[in-house]
Amino acid sequence: MNKLIRLVDGLPVIESADPTLAIVPLAQWQAGEGLLLGPDDDVESLQPLLADVAMIAIDFPSFRDGRGYSQAYLLRRRLGWQGELRAVGDVLRDQLSHMRQCGFDSFAVRADKSVEDAVKGLAGVSVLYGRSAIEPRPLFRRR
Amino acid sequence: MYEYDDYDHALVHERVAQFRDQVQRRLSGELSEEEFLPLRLQNGLYMQKHAYMLRVAIPYGTLSAEQLRCLAAIAREYDRDYGHFTTRQNIQFNWIELEQVPDILARLAEVQMHAIQTSGNCVRNITTEAFAGVAADELLDPRPLAEILRQWSTVNPEFLFLPRKFKIALCSAIEDRAAIQMHDIGLYLYQGDAGQMLLRVMVGGGLGRTPILSQQIRDGLPWQHVLSYVEAILRVYNRHGRRDNKYKARIKILVKALGIEAFAAEVEREWQHLKDGPAELTDTEYQRVASAFVPPAYESLPVVDLEYGSHLAQHLGFERWVQRNVKAHKVPGYASVVLSTKPGAALPPGDVTSAQMEAVADWAERFGFGEIRIAHEQNIVLPDVRKRDLFALWQAACEQGLGTANIGLLSDIIACPGGDYCSLANAKSIPIAQGIQAHFDDLDYLHDIGELSLNISGCMNACGHHHIGNIGILGVDKNGSEWYQITLGGAQGQHAALGKVIGPSFAAEQVPQVIERIVQTFTDYREHQERFVDTVQRIGLEPFKERVYRTQEVA
Ligand code: SF4
Repeated sequence: MNKLIRLVDGLPVIESADPTLAIVPLAQWQAGEGLLLGPDDDVESLQPLLADVAMIAIDFPSFRDGRGYSQAYLLRRRLGWQGELRAVGDVLRDQLSHMRQCGFDSFAVRADKSVEDAVKGLAGVSVLYGRSAIEPRPLFRRR
Repeated sequence: MYEYDDYDHALVHERVAQFRDQVQRRLSGELSEEEFLPLRLQNGLYMQKHAYMLRVAIPYGTLSAEQLRCLAAIAREYDRDYGHFTTRQNIQFNWIELEQVPDILARLAEVQMHAIQTSGNCVRNITTEAFAGVAADELLDPRPLAEILRQWSTVNPEFLFLPRKFKIALCSAIEDRAAIQMHDIGLYLYQGDAGQMLLRVMVGGGLGRTPILSQQIRDGLPWQHVLSYVEAILRVYNRHGRRDNKYKARIKILVKALGIEAFAAEVEREWQHLKDGPAELTDTEYQRVASAFVPPAYESLPVVDLEYGSHLAQHLGFERWVQRNVKAHKVPGYASVVLSTKPGAALPPGDVTSAQMEAVADWAERFGFGEIRIAHEQNIVLPDVRKRDLFALWQAACEQGLGTANIGLLSDIIACPGGDYCSLANAKSIPIAQGIQAHFDDLDYLHDIGELSLNISGCMNACGHHHIGNIGILGVDKNGSEWYQITLGGAQGQHAALGKVIGPSFAAEQVPQVIERIVQTFTDYREHQERFVDTVQRIGLEPFKERVYRTQEVA
């Protein structure tokens, strides 16, 4: 299995995923486990569970399916989730910066891709005109 | 015009470097075509029938002379010496080598241009009308909000992989020349009783396979909320829009499925979280951007220019051109000029050569304030021309093949590139346009027919906006051969309407004759100086059908 990229104090660290941590879909989830969300899952209904969730993984069935970005935004900004938020599935270098902006802090890069290469995608472009989960102020409030 | 600051410069330059790296990785095989596809699309690069096509953004259709010269140079050095202006106020280059795209983008960045999000399932170029800031019937200048929306939507990380493409248009004039009702979001900007800027928000319009005019979701929205409200719409769409079928993925299908009330309630719920938060636009920001659009230093000129008057009296051709191609300006002594890119069968609609682009750039400086606009009808607009210069401009335009006096007439055809270039096409569009233009080449006759819009799309995607043409022509595929379906009664603007199909489709060579019969029916039934679309509305389709298909059998 591929290694994970994790942001630690904003800096990427490449490490192995914890093999003992179960990450399971909402229907089977039990307190203390990691929660795996699919793009159809309604994040707003998760509030009562969050205190018992070990971490949250959001699945990108295809990198072209952008629902995970809004789910991440809502988890971070609206539900106040501060634990690990991992992107899993079709996770590729060229989308990592967008994922990071939307609040993901760990990335399970697709198994056939080099994790070391993918790290280069985290930076993206330095200018964010609008706002995001990690920068809720649009550029015009930061000028 | 808006001038880039350090942030804008940094963004386009970094984006070029990023895409250069992505192209390298594609060429080395590190990126598969599937992975590369959305990356190149978000940088405006399509794979067409014969070559790559690069679509460059012209934000709300506004160009400087320097920018137009850069486009001319790109056409000359990297393409076949011409570019194609599109119905979304962009320009397309049709014969591009992948390896050269980063260099082209770097050239564009030097003149404050880019190709970001001109394609792909993201927020596309923000459009408005070509006469923004100068139209006599303008309520407010839509450009500051258009620029603010352009910035806000550019590389907005949450909304780069939407279910489908997303188009936003703004308009703030009595006549809606930005066709806001056929956009995913249409914003109509107007002044409230106390002089405050308000927005009417329309949502769910679009052409394509399921043409729908947008519906109002909110009225009287104070301008400060524009970004938070658009964000709310986009988040609802991103979460709930269909992704299983690309023909059902546009926001219009979601709005239709939920109903406008339920959709509006959903947006309202989302918006309550955003309203009055950091996404609200500030006065400072509005003023910063608006200061880029202050009116140029107009001279105070007499309303009547004697020399201009005598040219009008002496030259029928000039008089006609003024009648069709010259539009009222809000400043006395000035006018806006539409340069027709539809000279007839000689050049496909919207195609402009490098030499023509350079000539237009020169005229913009000589006769105006160095600014050019692209209209969604694919024509070029010089927004600020002194009336006394109109005659000289007309002569120069005629020499360059840009002086055809046909704006709004039957030969001012709006056509997509169609089967000659586009890999999605069912049928060709350009030869159909040329066939009709060759048939209707008598300017007297065209002027007698009067206002009549004719739009051609090579397939259901409707890039030629055929649904809103008074006459619409759609390329369809029947057992592998190219046929054309005709609709009548479409219209854009405040009285936007979708055309209705008249009956079975036609072969390419029949089309000019069919159009001739439609026009004859119109002239037979026309009352006074009625416009074509009004006659169609008054008498319905029957007389047209009867004429077209009856004579068809006899022939
Ligand atoms: S309408 Fe169809 S044929 Fe014409 S440009 Fe669009 S996709 Fe291509």
